[in-house]
Amino acid sequence: MVLTTTSIRDSEESLHCTFASRYVQESLPKFKIPERSMPKEAAFQIVNDELMLDGNPRLNLASFVSTWMEPECDKLIMSSINKNYVDMDEYPVTTELQNRCVNMLAHLFHAPVGDDETAVGVGTVGSSEAIMLAGLAFKRKWQARRKAEGKPFDKPNIVTGANVQVCWEKFARYFEVELKEVKLKEGYYVMDPAKAVEMVDENTICVAAILGSTLTGEFEDVKLLNELLTKKNKETGWDTPIHVDAASGGFIAPFLWPDLEWDFRLPLVKSINVSGHKYGLVYAGVGWVIWRSKDDLPDELVFHINYLGSDQPTFTLNFSKGSYQIIAQYYQLIRLGFEGYKDIMENCLANAKVLTDGIANMGRFDIVSKDVGVPVVAFSLRDSSKYTVFEVSEHLRRFGWIVPAYTMPPDAEHIAVLRVVIREDFSHSLAERLVSDIEKILTELDTQPSRLPTISARVTAEEVQNDKGDGLHQFHTDIVETQKDIIKHWRRIAGKKTSGVC
Amino acid sequence: MVLSKTASESDVSIHSTFASRYVQTSLPRFKMPENSIPKEAAYQIINDELMLDGNPRLNLASFVTTWMEPECDKLMMDSINKNYVDMDEYPVTTELQNRCVNMIAHLFNAPLKDGETAVGVGTVGSSEAIMLAGLAFKRKWQNKMKAQGKPYDKPNIVTGANVQVCWEKFARYFEVELKEVKLSDGYYVMNPEKAVEMVDENTICVAAILGSTLNGEFEDVKKLNDLLIVKNKETGWDTPIHVDAASGGFIAPFLYPDLEWDFRLPLVKSINVSGHKYGLVYAGIGWVIWRSKEDLPDELIFHINYLGADQPTFTLNFSKGSSQVIAQYYQLIRLGYEGYKNVMENCQGNARVLREGLEKTGRFNIVSKDIGVPLVAFSLKDNHKHNEFEISETLRRFGWIVPAYTMPPDAQHITVLRVVIREDFSRTLAERLVIDIVKVLHELDSLPARVNAKLAVAEEKAAASGVDIVHHKTDREWELEVAEAWKKFVADKKKNKTSGVC
Repeated sequence: MVLTTTSIRDSEESLHCTFASRYVQESLPKFKIPERSMPKEAAFQIVNDELMLDGNPRLNLASFVSTWMEPECDKLIMSSINKNYVDMDEYPVTTELQNRCVNMLAHLFHAPVGDDETAVGVGTVGSSEAIMLAGLAFKRKWQARRKAEGKPFDKPNIVTGANVQVCWEKFARYFEVELKEVKLKEGYYVMDPAKAVEMVDENTICVAAILGSTLTGEFEDVKLLNELLTKKNKETGWDTPIHVDAASGGFIAPFLWPDLEWDFRLPLVKSINVSGHKYGLVYAGVGWVIWRSKDDLPDELVFHINYLGSDQPTFTLNFSKGSYQIIAQYYQLIRLGFEGYKDIMENCLANAKVLTDGIANMGRFDIVSKDVGVPVVAFSLRDSSKYTVFEVSEHLRRFGWIVPAYTMPPDAEHIAVLRVVIREDFSHSLAERLVSDIEKILTELDTQPSRLPTISARVTAEEVQNDKGDGLHQFHTDIVETQKDIIKHWRRIAGKKTSGVC
Repeated sequence: MVLSKTASESDVSIHSTFASRYVQTSLPRFKMPENSIPKEAAYQIINDELMLDGNPRLNLASFVTTWMEPECDKLMMDSINKNYVDMDEYPVTTELQNRCVNMIAHLFNAPLKDGETAVGVGTVGSSEAIMLAGLAFKRKWQNKMKAQGKPYDKPNIVTGANVQVCWEKFARYFEVELKEVKLSDGYYVMNPEKAVEMVDENTICVAAILGSTLNGEFEDVKKLNDLLIVKNKETGWDTPIHVDAASGGFIAPFLYPDLEWDFRLPLVKSINVSGHKYGLVYAGIGWVIWRSKEDLPDELIFHINYLGADQPTFTLNFSKGSSQVIAQYYQLIRLGYEGYKNVMENCQGNARVLREGLEKTGRFNIVSKDIGVPLVAFSLKDNHKHNEFEISETLRRFGWIVPAYTMPPDAQHITVLRVVIREDFSRTLAERLVIDIVKVLHELDSLPARVNAKLAVAEEKAAASGVDIVHHKTDREWELEVAEAWKKFVADKKKNKTSGVC
């Protein structure tokens, strides 16, 4: 007769169901790696449960980044999740798929690529990396030219609008390039081409235009910029090029407005970046940068990785990274084709119109976004004296919607807007629901006492004192002035460029 | 009577995927297709092409993780549509990153008091981590030189010639000179004395590697620290150390806890580690930890201000996936200290099995050391009939991907085969690999030598043209000459570092 023994500790661990096990009774380790392992089911449940408190990605109306893909694509993603993209020799098909995407995008942007020629471009982790690579190429080209001319090359600068996304600031700060920003003004929230060209000097490595401004979705007039810059180049001989930051617009303009000239059809445009994970309809983690031709990418920046004889040129900041986003981008390009993307963008535009009309009909908002541009609806309150858009945004959270509120960059900081991004998965019915929820909130806020008592009191007192019969006009100006003061004060507290727009 | 009509499009859905027209026409490669195709077809087409990629788990060239538990796969799939940078929308995911940073900082013995939060960030990989650390050093050094009124336009960094290519990238893109300590026969890592000798007042930091890519060896960071302290006292330059622990950072604390290489050494100011190597997460995550707030200049940090919540960020990439950060946290709490220790001990055990098997054949020299990253680097004792590259090629037929590399200068005449032992490389696989290598050796032994064939052809030609071949080179001279020629060929690609080692 054999005596069986069970180790009591072990049996306890596996008998209890996950929720009753000891692991959920103890607090989670936060600062130090725990000494002991725990069962994988418990680890999964713990992490999964905490993550329930994250926002729902699909209701996040702040972001342009895709939040839904077809299940077939999810399946492809899962099966390639363990492929390290940089192993080009081991995964030649994945590398080939990247090259095909680059070529397809280059043709979409009318790059002057011959039938047998391969396009010059690369897949990146996002538009930030893409912009840094493009900027590096411009910087190096400009330095080489100045060196050849025997001129100083230590103070490069780049001209953009103040509406640029924060990654341009990063590029400027990390790569030691001065950022010369064209200020905005009320009612004109993108870069003015004439002012931009004025700011160009001999140290300018490029002018960056944005196709799909983050704040209002507007397209900048790249054609006008090209014309004005061509003229200036002829006078000065500086040969300043253009880069188009088409992070959002690059996958919209070719399908909705194919006659709009903004890409390589304009001779001064030397590189374009686009986010695959925005209207390229892929999950977060893929961007693309395309150069006009080989000459626009200095060879000294390209590294030649030589695995077992096959030469692969690479130019990226990141090395090891996942492959699945590249595969997903290729899937979308062949699955949807030109026709499919066009249908989706038209739907987005139509849903944006439903939302715009619904909001405008309330009579309480001004629509700041334009009809031609990225399907984004940006709107500001006509009367911000009782409550601001920030409070509307807070209240919308209670209903589950994440709708951000932002102040505009200089010199339009007194304007604050709410912005809703219309992605592929934001349907007509969701748009109607959002409109009715905003109405509910306005009704609520109207009946509540205002959170801004001191400010309005101060304004009222001034009005009485300065009442010269022209009181109404004065009143309006004072509010705007006060708002400007508040915003300035707030910005000073918050510090440097804190656009926080993404 | 109504005549029923079926649209011809119904043909599309009746045919099974493999017989449908989409598999008969060739795939679009350079231009986006005009029309959409059904998602099943798109999935099948891409899936089938990807079958020709190598099998990630048999890729013995890479350190990057290729297997995770199904529970973790589920967590990753659930969070695949979360854009990491939306910190305000996904606060729990952000919190998980912060917890990982703190856990890793404690693992590296960062001098943190109780309740103090560590300074560090999650990146896409060690490349980004190294660039951020390098930027911090560069900016600190520039500020120091400016304050002293000295020139700050020629920063340099001292490392060994065995560095991974991302250091070259950092140097080239951020305009820092790379001063490399050459290797020597039998000594394949950076010599601390030679390194300290090379330090001058423009040196922003000395970078030591914990886990050299080529042979897995740990550099003697303690010795470097001691020598550098002495030099700093003499010169007053205050040169710091960065430890590139991309591979070793998740090995040394578990297998060799008494080895002093981390923040226990006072001159070590930042450390980077790859979460996707021995952190046991899929490709796409790295970590960089700074010793304290002072080591990260505030001017490099951007403050993103979403709706009032201030989040400081310092990364090159902006939008990216969240899955890998969540997976890293899962691993840290699932395995704990004990679990990681077990996994690393297993890897070491399997490495020993492989090494002993190779030694038994009597045909190989083992180049890797016992203490270090669990990999086995080996070269042929006699390689003038067949070299390591041929072994590597022939092994591919069996399904194994085992790369062959030449060492960097000044040891270019040494070629090694390198097998990386990851968590999912079991003992049985190790034994099988040994058997297959023995088979390959037998095969090659029976074939005529490739090099000798060429030599014979050259001799024939020379004899035919009446030129005498006077000098019979020794084997060693031949090796050196071939290596030199190959090196020159590779170096001719514009002096790019083409080590191709990853």
